[in-house]
Amino acid sequence: MTATERLYPRPLARLLAVAAAGALGALVVLGLVVAPPDAVQGDAQRIMYLHVPTAWLAYLAFGITALASALYLWPRTRAAAWDRLAGASAELGVLFCGLTLALGSLWGRPIWGVWWAWDARLITTAVLFFLFCGYLALRRVLGRGEVAARRAAIAALVAFADVPVVHFSVEWWRTLHQRATVFNPELDPQIEGTMALTLWVGVLAFTLLYLALLGLRYRIAGADEHRAAQALEAAITARRRSAELPADAVPTGPLGGAGVPAP
Amino acid sequence: MSGPVNAGLPLWREAALVAAKDLRIETRARVTSGQVLPFALVVVLLFAFALDPDRGLLGRVAPGLFWVTVLLAALLAVGRSVAVEQAAGVRDQALLAGLDGTGVFLGKVAAVTVELAVLEVVLGATMVVLYDVQVTGGAVLAAAALPATAGIAATGTLYAGLASGTRMRDTLLPLLVLPVTSPVLLGATRAFEDALDGAAGDAWGWVALLWVFALFAVAAGMLAFGALWEDGGA
Repeated sequence: MTATERLYPRPLARLLAVAAAGALGALVVLGLVVAPPDAVQGDAQRIMYLHVPTAWLAYLAFGITALASALYLWPRTRAAAWDRLAGASAELGVLFCGLTLALGSLWGRPIWGVWWAWDARLITTAVLFFLFCGYLALRRVLGRGEVAARRAAIAALVAFADVPVVHFSVEWWRTLHQRATVFNPELDPQIEGTMALTLWVGVLAFTLLYLALLGLRYRIAGADEHRAAQALEAAITARRRSAELPADAVPTGPLGGAGVPAP
Repeated sequence: MSGPVNAGLPLWREAALVAAKDLRIETRARVTSGQVLPFALVVVLLFAFALDPDRGLLGRVAPGLFWVTVLLAALLAVGRSVAVEQAAGVRDQALLAGLDGTGVFLGKVAAVTVELAVLEVVLGATMVVLYDVQVTGGAVLAAAALPATAGIAATGTLYAGLASGTRMRDTLLPLLVLPVTSPVLLGATRAFEDALDGAAGDAWGWVALLWVFALFAVAAGMLAFGALWEDGGA
């Protein structure tokens, strides 16, 4: 716990949480009240104030997972903290990636007329979502320990390295067979003034939220490991005491009195 | 990680030994020919039920159906390949014999690739007969099928190694392998479509992509197995 405490002190956690809440509040006001409705898309465009930040955070979170995994695998920087950070960041990445897909779908229905389009960016994001769902599922079954952490780190790096390959192949496929129709330049809003400001506040708010949640999840993972280590320690002590207890000693352990009698 | 303990056996020799061992087990136990292959052929029938053979759709989408079937069969073949390794102290014996993780990985990938190649030939012939596909561009088909199969085998073996020893390996493997191999499904399907359409020239880009993926997957697997092998990680 002390190491976790040092890396991520409580006052910093509080500060981040408060800052994230404040920025999200500002985003709500800016996005729903201050910013004008879009000339072409109307109020549906306001979804972008959430969609763009969540998409950015999904990529950031997976990038942090890959970076932490690489640092874990590198012998000189190997530390359990990197493994914990990788897992915490991947969980948030999957959350934000799922939100990105859901919000994009909500936006696509009124603007494109469809819930989903087979566009390269959309397909890549969907594959990314499942890649890291698999990573989290693997982490779950691997459990604790050094070998588990190493396997998880390798899996994260393989998944992350696969993303550009997926993107390249999908983009190639879609542009070979049909010209880009969904990201029509006419649909792209001219981002100016309050709209741009709102978007930036959104990115800031969600980044702060990510950092706050990441810290929280990291601390929980640390506490969880600490508790497991303590439980193991207690079990070993109890077992040792029950086996080595001299016959004339006062029994104190949970199995007290069950010691081997003196010859 | 550590240097080879064995008496200087070259890597390819180790890989060949492991591959020969796996294929020998396979010819005796007949899991691929008796279980995986019939499964793949049933899938061919199921696609015909789902897509109504009278609409002329099957012949046009045959390349995609072919590679989806291969991917599903590969999951079974890879699971089997790793299960063989976990039976009654096989790993300890391999460690005692001084086998290196990298060599074991290469050997297992080679064995799975051979098994899948045999499966692909039978599967392809079945589709030609049942789906009325006209085969053209044989060279392109082979040039695409080889790296695609090796890439699938390498990715599958890598993930099966990472998930080995866990109780949920069988249910976890598809979720891990299928998203990663999505570029292979895409590339191999397009290459096959181009070849069957008589536009073999368009297929070479996809073939190149498949080769890049296969080399990447094999290199990643060699590194991972090399790093994990000795402490029971793979």
